[in-house]
Amino acid sequence: MAELTYREAVARGIAQEMRRDPRLVMLGEDVAAAGGVFKTTVGLIDEFGPDRVRDTPISEQAILGAAMGAAMTGIPVIAEIMFSDFLAVCWDIVANEMAKSRYMTGGQVSVPVVIRTANGGGARFGAQHSQSVENWCMMIPGLKVVAPSTPADVVGLMAASVRDPDPVVFFEHKSLLGTKADVPDEDVVDRLGEAVVRREGTDCTIAALALMVPRALEAADRLAEEGISAEVIDVRSLVPLDTRTLLASVEKTGRFITVEENPRLCGWGAELASIVADEAFWNLDGPVVRITTPHIPLPAAESLEDMSIPTVDRIHQTVRTALA
Amino acid sequence: MEAPQAYDYSQRPARLPDPVDDANRDLDIPLETRVEMYEMQLLLRQFEKRAYDLFMQNLVKGTSHLSLGMEAIATGFGAALRPDDYTFATYRGHAHTLARGAPPGPVMAELLGRENGILQGKGGSMHLTSVEHGMMGSYAIIGAHLCIANGAAWSAQMRGTDQVAVSFFGDGTTNIGAFHEALNFAVVWNLPVVFVCENNLYMEYTPIDVVSAVPNPAADRGPAYGLEGIVIDGNDPDAVFTAARAAIERARRGGGPSLIEAVTYRHGGHSRADPGKYRPEAEVEAWLERDPIPMYHQRLLGLGVGEGDLASIQQSVAGEVEAATEFAKSGDFPDEASLLTDVWADGGSAWRN
Ligand SMILES: Cc1ncc(C[n+]2csc(CCOP(=O)(O)OP(=O)(O)O)c2C)c(N)n1
Ligand SMILES: [Mg+2]
Repeated sequence: MAELTYREAVARGIAQEMRRDPRLVMLGEDVAAAGGVFKTTVGLIDEFGPDRVRDTPISEQAILGAAMGAAMTGIPVIAEIMFSDFLAVCWDIVANEMAKSRYMTGGQVSVPVVIRTANGGGARFGAQHSQSVENWCMMIPGLKVVAPSTPADVVGLMAASVRDPDPVVFFEHKSLLGTKADVPDEDVVDRLGEAVVRREGTDCTIAALALMVPRALEAADRLAEEGISAEVIDVRSLVPLDTRTLLASVEKTGRFITVEENPRLCGWGAELASIVADEAFWNLDGPVVRITTPHIPLPAAESLEDMSIPTVDRIHQTVRTALA
Repeated sequence: MEAPQAYDYSQRPARLPDPVDDANRDLDIPLETRVEMYEMQLLLRQFEKRAYDLFMQNLVKGTSHLSLGMEAIATGFGAALRPDDYTFATYRGHAHTLARGAPPGPVMAELLGRENGILQGKGGSMHLTSVEHGMMGSYAIIGAHLCIANGAAWSAQMRGTDQVAVSFFGDGTTNIGAFHEALNFAVVWNLPVVFVCENNLYMEYTPIDVVSAVPNPAADRGPAYGLEGIVIDGNDPDAVFTAARAAIERARRGGGPSLIEAVTYRHGGHSRADPGKYRPEAEVEAWLERDPIPMYHQRLLGLGVGEGDLASIQQSVAGEVEAATEFAKSGDFPDEASLLTDVWADGGSAWRN
């Protein structure tokens, strides 16, 4: 067991899978020689060579098109889109081509691609480099959507995503890259569609994703000091979605709270809230509460960004008020 | 008569076909290949005409984009490709699908939305695909599939199979970013891919020269990416076959991508709903005169093929299209059992446990 940063875990997960599957290749802007603008792919070109780890032009459609064409003809691909905001530039290939090909062709075409992308706020990068867009992907039939919160999950879910025969969008959180935790020395292989209870509790269920997981956990610590026992669930995978873990928790606690980095409208928590309202209504002791970013483009200034994205304080206060 | 308005494109000067290039007539193409190309063109023509008739009978719903008048391009490439090569086409893809050898019955059934359709009714006219014939899909959003064809070519390169990917697209497609991304990328990675612009002089309802910075929308852009600007007569299957063979061989040898602009014309409108009235009458007439099929018929007679042989080909094609129609009509409409299948590799569509 060694401590790895979330950043190092990305390269570790990719390397683990490239060693296992000699067909697997990776491409993206600055990913090879430079090791990625976030240094998440450092060392891969040295181990696997420039034919398997390739630098591309600034051509997001060409990158994802190449990934799709290779994948549908027998070569699994990891493609990097530098910032998740840039998915808008190649959204046609993600939402209309990769996602729909299998269905549209009556099952003839398979697209085993992992789109890795740096997601989320906290780095003061402003409206076009800070968004959390996992909800964009969640609403497209045919895409799987994963957002790990720990280094071990980065490795394990990367493996699961690469081994999945369908297109997976893999969100790496920019503000978690420097966080450290133990990762087993041997290969780590996880499963898509499994949420993890990070902290057990009895008074409320808090569902969180990526950067919101450590924040929810810290808020839960504070709540515990005040006698409120919060259960924190790391959703990890939006599609497939582990509703069983969520519903079982709500059955126990009777309250459901989501913590989302998405702007308010159609954030992923809305779908979870709807599922809980439909299927756990009689278990609820109070309204479902969504803690989200306001419905605004993200501001750049530190003070403004901190007012936008849910903080430990806001989670703590909101839950306390809701349970009062 | 009122003075023509600037925006009434039908009043613009006609863009007439270039004179036939006699140099193409004694190319080294085996007669057998030529006869096969004659037969394929007839199949594409009869199939598209039948598809049109079936729309009129309201048996084909939705929209559909025919290749009537443009058959020589799919035919020439179809004849030049190896069975394991890859084709990527657009929503105007019936011809390209058939030209790779996909069976006409299931293709027709797909247009009719039947269970025995080649996509079991899930894709329809604009998404025809037959992976087993190397037909890797018909893509209905302009531009993407040029980039996707690059990926198939990259994969062939990595697997060392010397397969080639061919991507067909329209003149209008040269004005979208993906075209430019794809060309640059293919050259930089030296991919075995052939980009084929079917320049039918119109994007949807707008003449291509009105919206393009250069007269030859594909060929004039090629040099910006280090590609030769090749323009060919897209109504002459021999010219198409010759250009296709050269580009495909070059790609197979590791010589990298090519860009070919094949000039042609559609006999009908852009899609089912379009009568094509924005085109000058003299232009339509001149291009109908340049119909690739009668021209090729004459050429084969000149090469010594008997009228009787050609007539028997016509007959057998007519029978094939008739059988395809019967096959299509005999199919059931897909039922609920298939609605929720094939979203994921496990065959289902579950997104939760
Ligand atoms: C991105 C995108 N924009 C617009 C359309 C609508 N559209 C469908 S076909 C077409 C014309 C395309 O013209 P061209 O590339 O010349 O092909 P042709 O239909 O003439 O074969 C347009 C604008 C589309 N399908 N995709
Ligand atoms: Mg056109």
